Amino acid sequence: MADVTLTVDGKKLTVPAGTLLIEACKSTGIEIPSFCYYPGLSLQGACRMCLVEVEKMPKLQTACTTPVAEGMVVTTESDKIKQARKAMLELVLANHPLDCPVCDAGGECELQDMTFKYGAAESKFMDLKNHRDEQQWSPVVYFDRPRCILCYRCIRVCGEGMDVWALGIQNRNVGSVIAPNKEDHLECEECGMCIDICPVGALTSGAYRYKTRPWEMKHVGTVCTHCGDGCKTTLGVRRADTGMEIVRGDNRDKSGINGDFLCIKGRYAFDFANSSDRIQQPLIKHEGKFVAATWEQALDRIASKFKQVLASDGPTAVGVIGSNRTSNEENYLLQKFARLVLGTNNIDHHRTADFPAFASALAGNANATASMRDVFDAPAILLIGNNPTDQHPLLAWQIRTNVRLHRAKLYVVNSYPIKLRRQAAAFAQIASGSEGSVAQFLGGNDAAGDAAVTPQFSREALSQLRDELKNEKDLVVIFGSELRGNDVTALVNFGLAQGAKFICLGDYANSRGAADMGLYPDMLPGYAPVASATSFHEDWVDEIPKSPGLDLLQMVDAAKEGKLKALYVVGSNPIARYNVDPFALSKAFVVVQDMFLTETASIADVVLPIANAYEKGGTFTNTCGDVQMLKKAGEFAGVRNDFECIVRIADRMGYDVHKLVPFGGGGTRADMGQSRGAQSGEADRHAVWLAEHNLEPKMSPYDPTAMLDEIQRLVPGYDISRLGLLSGHDEHTQLVQITGATGSGHPELVLPSNDTLFTSGTLGRYSPTLNSVMERYSTTAAQVAGD
Amino acid sequence: MAYLVSHPDEVKVVSKRFGMGATHLDRYLELDGYKAVQKAISMGADAIINEVKTSNLRGRGGAGFPTGLKWSFVPKQSAKPKYVLCNGDESEPGTCKDRLIFEHDPHAVIEGVMIAALAVGAKSGYIYLRGEYRYLLEIMEKAVADAYARGFIGKNIFGSGVDLDIFTHSGAGAYEVGEESALMESLEGKRGIPRIRPPFPAVVGLWGGPTVINNAETLASVPHIILGGGEWFANLGTPRNGGTRLFCMSGELERPGVYELPMGYNLKKMIYDVSGGMTKGKNLKGVVPGGSSVQILTPDEIDVAMDFDSMMKAGSMLGSGGVIVLDDQMCIVRFALRVTKFYQHESCGWCIPCREGTDWMKKTLTRFHAGGGVAKDIDNLKYLAENMLGRTFCPLGDAAAMPVISYIQKFRKEFEDHLDGKPCPYEKAAEAALVS
Amino acid sequence: MKFSDQLEQRFATMVTHYPTKRSVLVPMLLYIQDELGAVTDEAIHEIAQRTELTDLEVRNVISYYSMLRTRPVGKYNLQVCTNVSCLLRGADDIFEHCKKKLGIGNKESTPDGLFHLEEVECIGACSWAPALMMNYEFHENLTPAKIDELIDGLKKKEEQ
Repeated sequence: MADVTLTVDGKKLTVPAGTLLIEACKSTGIEIPSFCYYPGLSLQGACRMCLVEVEKMPKLQTACTTPVAEGMVVTTESDKIKQARKAMLELVLANHPLDCPVCDAGGECELQDMTFKYGAAESKFMDLKNHRDEQQWSPVVYFDRPRCILCYRCIRVCGEGMDVWALGIQNRNVGSVIAPNKEDHLECEECGMCIDICPVGALTSGAYRYKTRPWEMKHVGTVCTHCGDGCKTTLGVRRADTGMEIVRGDNRDKSGINGDFLCIKGRYAFDFANSSDRIQQPLIKHEGKFVAATWEQALDRIASKFKQVLASDGPTAVGVIGSNRTSNEENYLLQKFARLVLGTNNIDHHRTADFPAFASALAGNANATASMRDVFDAPAILLIGNNPTDQHPLLAWQIRTNVRLHRAKLYVVNSYPIKLRRQAAAFAQIASGSEGSVAQFLGGNDAAGDAAVTPQFSREALSQLRDELKNEKDLVVIFGSELRGNDVTALVNFGLAQGAKFICLGDYANSRGAADMGLYPDMLPGYAPVASATSFHEDWVDEIPKSPGLDLLQMVDAAKEGKLKALYVVGSNPIARYNVDPFALSKAFVVVQDMFLTETASIADVVLPIANAYEKGGTFTNTCGDVQMLKKAGEFAGVRNDFECIVRIADRMGYDVHKLVPFGGGGTRADMGQSRGAQSGEADRHAVWLAEHNLEPKMSPYDPTAMLDEIQRLVPGYDISRLGLLSGHDEHTQLVQITGATGSGHPELVLPSNDTLFTSGTLGRYSPTLNSVMERYSTTAAQVAGD
Repeated sequence: MAYLVSHPDEVKVVSKRFGMGATHLDRYLELDGYKAVQKAISMGADAIINEVKTSNLRGRGGAGFPTGLKWSFVPKQSAKPKYVLCNGDESEPGTCKDRLIFEHDPHAVIEGVMIAALAVGAKSGYIYLRGEYRYLLEIMEKAVADAYARGFIGKNIFGSGVDLDIFTHSGAGAYEVGEESALMESLEGKRGIPRIRPPFPAVVGLWGGPTVINNAETLASVPHIILGGGEWFANLGTPRNGGTRLFCMSGELERPGVYELPMGYNLKKMIYDVSGGMTKGKNLKGVVPGGSSVQILTPDEIDVAMDFDSMMKAGSMLGSGGVIVLDDQMCIVRFALRVTKFYQHESCGWCIPCREGTDWMKKTLTRFHAGGGVAKDIDNLKYLAENMLGRTFCPLGDAAAMPVISYIQKFRKEFEDHLDGKPCPYEKAAEAALVS
Repeated sequence: MKFSDQLEQRFATMVTHYPTKRSVLVPMLLYIQDELGAVTDEAIHEIAQRTELTDLEVRNVISYYSMLRTRPVGKYNLQVCTNVSCLLRGADDIFEHCKKKLGIGNKESTPDGLFHLEEVECIGACSWAPALMMNYEFHENLTPAKIDELIDGLKKKEEQ
């Protein structure tokens, strides 16, 4: 749109036509106070705080509803405006209780801030304030009616933003009240966005209320550890006898990839970290029972047993299972540990998407993956499979918001009538389980289309869909784990032909990272086949075993047969999540690193108590390939992080940890005998890379950033801006396979988590909040069923 | 139901057919019914608008916006359908004129809607009546059905090639819905919260289409303008204030009632001559000349012409035509409390100043009238009202604020007489009068 | 649920009058109330389904309009206007008289469920004040005697 020039407080200012006055002012650093205005939500003009003087207009105008006009002359500071703001605050404070000392919002309340800045120092109000008792609307949402100033933000974010429409407004006049959809309680997605967006303490969180004052907390913005979307969650931590206790999760700075959004898990399900079920000491099984041990005892036991198995049965008798929730650094370290220290390719993890097939299908095409941010402004989106509302709440938000604010065209192809169909310009409800066939059809296999046809969805409709999609420029194609192997290839080929970008949906916080970091028996980081010549072969001091190892199920079978004698499980619960028979593992020596005595930990010989993602540094890669830094928020006495444990085990096994983790001063590496390059007179490649990137060598083998240095140096696509990462940005990686595509990544091993909004794998079971919400919904369901 | 009055000074235009059985279509036709719309068809849209402009007809709902000008804002071309909406949500305290129109001359409203639709190119018209006016809705429904039955509305009206539908619609109790954008919300099945403007209804109105919204009396005047000519109508009134107006005389008058008088008729005469003066034994204390929203006039301020401009000059407003006459036995604080209670009750609650301001004023006035007032209250009330004025989302806030400011300005002493815990000195007089 | 034939017919006609389904809402709710005595939970759900709204949204609308209610009141709803024009002509006394006569207060119903009394805002009878509405029927130029006559008449009618 054309630009418009206007004058605000004597300053000339040029902004695009259609800009709202309040935004124009903001762009030049002039703050216009407002309660009801919220960028991205519909306009209200209700709070009347943003009144400004516009030349030639007799009345004060609301800056939040007035679009700029050429030659407009605006005053935002005058006695008249000052008085209007002051009076508005006096009016709103008439019925607003002054219970700030016991209000959760006290200290971070917009009404307090505004009163401080613009308000009156005295109160003229001498009558009784209207009062109503507080109500609990759900396990996580409380409503304190007298505090509500009726800015309607909650209603809008719930309806327009979340497409849930669980909040309404009832009555009129001063009796107007925000109301939940089920008369006295809410039935909703429990995202808590209404609480986050409430400018005052009218909506408060069941998980946080009356726990502490905001200024008593330290606020740490880190990455959510639940689904694969990678939302930023701000954790409020406070000193407790167990360390630093996380008391609150919210989205206070809104600077993350998720903008305004956060779901129930990101907001409330940090509470597993405070669970009383957490293991606080290493445990060694003695005569069938766990006995608390020191770290020394436990690590020694692990190291000696691993060495013993290696000596007696060789590297094929040990196996490693990694995690979808450990950091990239830990995953990278773990596979390096498996391959170099244990000397085996027997390493795998719980796969929730066919990332190898995706990487292979992209076949080196750069810029072919979409970031989470791209979903927010892509002009057209194709979603095949998955139900993002449940499984990728941020992705669903991005899609909805894009459709709402930018009128993106959404195509949904699914066997189920998923909720996002409501935003879809075209919704194809295909035959059950035929997502793959549709991919094949799109890729040009006309015969494959037959499988997708239903009485409601014809063959012609399918063809029309393909034709329409072919005309979409800058299409973003998003697919769920329904698509694997050749189906992925077919879809990617279809999209690449027209310059589309892709997102492959995996389920957990670092599923993509686990895949990228090579937690595969047949692939190194970057999906490089183990046998091919790669930079890892060149770089790593010790030999990488050449033949592919056993995958997860094969390892279990081998253990059952007594061939696999030791299993190292890091942050995974295959017995529950992969339906592994616990008896199968009874013969092997099993080590588990976890927070809880999960089904798998229970059958282990040694269990190490572990820090979770909120208690350590590192990076996560979300399902789109966006990398973000974890920041340590909580602290839990007695636990250590996986990174340290792996390094210590290697150390105790007598392995030179310099060969695992590149730490220490640059020039010393050759002397330590870890770099063949240096010995042969070549430069120390790691030191050169660090210097090139203005980075210092790390001084500790337990510093995961040392591993990040190596990841960035060696893993294709990960050469991203460190500065961006450090400043809390998300950095999009390219998915480029190192060499020689091998095609299918064993699609049969992909097992989606099928999480709902209120579950989160094994971890979710330890969240009291998720449990309380689940319990409520299951009771409701039972009641309905009983009727 | 409501009985009719008359006075020699009346100029009967809109009320011409009152009491003449015009609810029956045949009778209406005998009384020049549906002639105006046929003439309008032959005139064409531009000529209709020009004629209405010439007539100086101004909105009878209260704001007094020139009707012809309003119609001319509707874009000729529109991708979305255009609509005409008749505002029959008569709810302003002191106003009971539209009721008579619906009761006695329903077809005139239909004809007015038709002519407006022809003028702006609308294919549908809606007649919205407040929910309490159920018996009038039934009259209107029958009138519409009769008109359909004769083919006056529907397909190809009067052979013009124009299709035009008219529907009636009931409200369910909300003063705020009388505000035109809230009226549209209500018609669309929503809460009656006004819309952000611009865009104005003439451009984006009902269901997003350009919409003309006029008061029932305004629309009922239109057929007469078309038949009698704009100039004739204009000349009935004063400059820039064409025609006649239905004035609703209420309060302790000898002959209260609805009188049709030329615009610019003298207010004092309206009270003392047309309405027969004050009830015996009561004296005039003040006049609220245009519905409860407007500023009060003291007895020495009422020698004034009742048209939009003169009333503005006199420090009040012509408003809805509801002339409320206060006698000396009415306590001004009591009156202020009742007025404020109304606006508090009817505030839609959307914006802070109206929602909170009306509630605050009501609370203060309640306490004040009961003898719990302190001197500061009087200034606080004025402060509140002044800080609501011009800052609310819609005019309801102004309607609540303006009268209160005027009561305090003009009757401050009566407020002060309530101080120091004294019981209301005026109600006592009223009670004494009742006893004697 | 199914409404009476008359109401069903009205609904069927009305939906054809507007480009959106929900536009029928306000009058329909009033007609439903006329038939059922209140807009019941069941009716709310039904009308929500028919207009493709959530129950909550229908409740939002109902609670805005002062004539709509979700709980039934007495059969004869006496709504006494006490706004300014009526106030000036003794509406307070009229209202007091009604209270005494019926033995109930504002917004209360008689135990036999016959009468409901309510103070209301201007009903548009200003020139014929004081006035009240009995259900949809206007009663104007009221005096205590007229009130007695009205109430006694209704009582008698019920006894028959």
